[in-house]
Formats: sequence, structure tokens, C-alpha cells
Amino acid sequence: MKLKINGDVVQVPDTLKSVKELLEHLKLNDQIVIAEVNEEILQTEEQSMTQIKENDKIELVRFVGGG
Amino acid sequence: MLPIGPYSFSSRLLLGTGKYPDFEIQKQAVDASGSEILTFAVRRMNIFEASQPNFLEMLDLEKYTLLPNTAGAKTAKEAVRIAKLAKASGLCDMVKVEVIGCDKTLLPDPVETLQATEELLKEGFIVLPYTSDDVVLARRLEELGAHAIMPAASPIGSGQGIINPLYLKFIIEQTKVPVIVDAGIGSPSDAMIAMELGADGVLLNTAVAGAKDPVKMALAMKMAVEAGKLGFEAGRIPRKETATASSPVEGLSVM
Repeated sequence: MKLKINGDVVQVPDTLKSVKELLEHLKLNDQIVIAEVNEEILQTEEQSMTQIKENDKIELVRFVGGG
Repeated sequence: MLPIGPYSFSSRLLLGTGKYPDFEIQKQAVDASGSEILTFAVRRMNIFEASQPNFLEMLDLEKYTLLPNTAGAKTAKEAVRIAKLAKASGLCDMVKVEVIGCDKTLLPDPVETLQATEELLKEGFIVLPYTSDDVVLARRLEELGAHAIMPAASPIGSGQGIINPLYLKFIIEQTKVPVIVDAGIGSPSDAMIAMELGADGVLLNTAVAGAKDPVKMALAMKMAVEAGKLGFEAGRIPRKETATASSPVEGLSVM
């Protein structure tokens, strides 16, 4: 399925069902990642129950150094 | 103690986490600073690179309170979104509202800062707005319910120190919530002056991260903040235009 992640169109396996599975697929699951799906911000615990589907617009952000 | 909203901190030095030479030096600098509050920015991940070392993951999060900023926002709406993203991590409920209104000076947009502060307070955040040294704006932010006011000493990253001590003093004197001098601090003496003016805390980043020896500078800043606070509490002598001898005048006839 095609997803738009952080502005890029990305092809991922159709077997991925949730945001959590998407993060595992992208090998980002061992980091602190904050996700937004179609402009809906997810609490960390919502990542496993939030379904993803074709053409979803997903933002994945994290904390970086800043003042 | 430095109270901010429901929290209380023993350190009055808040440290930014940007621009350090490497994570090891940064870790040592954070330790040396004694800071309990660390600021962070929120940014998009590179999804094509699984291994992205991150300073946050090196920290014992039990020991530190995270203060995400809304840097990058130019409108209240953007700032609110960034704050909500940060809070969704489940790691923090404080936010430094930073809405830049001028790319050259990086000075904050007062109208958008005020709006973002109002919105985030309604959402239940502990809100620390970064503001210019505008006395009236500081009052308006406090009236909204901001949990601390963070006036700039001088432009972000400039190291110019405190360019308007008079306005800072006005803000400090009128404000009941903590005043944390944020941005522009270049040297320990700048931090000490802020505290001697009566500030409740100092937030700095570049002054430590960009120093020749960040770890030593972090310690110097810690000591400066503590010395400045003590000096303020002790109450300095008034400035006089004439000399007054420290040694007694009596008994001079022995000469």
C-alpha cells in the first residue's frame, strides 16, 4: 500500500495493519516516535490500535536537540 | 526551589540540548550543569535511516524534566500542533512556546505567542512562553495564566548578554510567576547579572554548547546562577559616587 510519510510517498507491505507495525517495519520501534495520522495526533499507547490504510498521510516526529 | 506549575526544581539553570560537539561531551555538560530541566525541539524523523542516535535516549528520564520547545513555528496554530505532538509522547506536559516573528533577529511574534499561550493553557499544558523584554506583553502573558515568563536577554544564540537590564528588572518586579531569562546569554557573568537582577532562573544553550570546553562552561554557569541568586538575596550595597574608607578613621594619630 502507498502511504505519504513525512511528505514522501512510500510503498509498504499490505500486511501492515497498525501504526505500531509500520514503525516496526521501518525499524523505528526502539525509539521514541510520535505519530500523527491524517492530522490526528496519536498518544503513544494508541499506536498499536490505530489502523493504517492506502493514502494515509502520516507524520513521524521525534525529539531532537534544541534550545 | 524554583516552582513551575505543579513542579518544583532545585536547579535554576535550564539547559538547551542543541549544537553540542558530540553526545558524550553533551552528557558530561548536562551532568556538570546540575540542570533538571532540558529543552528539546520536535522534528520529522528520517524514515529511511533506522539508526538515528538520539540524545534523549541516552538520558535517565527519571532525573530530568523535558521542556519541548515549539521552535520552527511561525504561527500560534503551528506552535499548538508542535506542543501537542510533544505531549503525545507521554514524556512531558510542559512546553516552551516559541513563535518566531523575524528571521533575522529570531525575535518572537508577540501576537502569535499570546494566542498560542492562551490555547495551550486551555489544553492543560504547563506553559512557559519565550518573549522579548516587552514589559506589557509579559504582563499580558501572566494574566492569561502562563506558568513562567521567559524574556530574552538578547537575540537567540547571539551571546550579547543582557542588553536591557532595566526592562528585565521591570518584568521581574511586576511578575509573580517565575521569570526565567532565556536566550542571548554568552558568559557566566551574563547569567549572574540576570540572577542578581532578581530572575528566578536562566535558560541557555549556545553559551555552553559552543564554548571551547562545554563541560567546564556548564559548571561555570551552574556556579554563576547560584552566586547570582545568593547575591540577589543578600542585597547588594547601593552605588555611591564618593569613596568611603573601609578601614576605621579613628587611631590614625599613631602615624
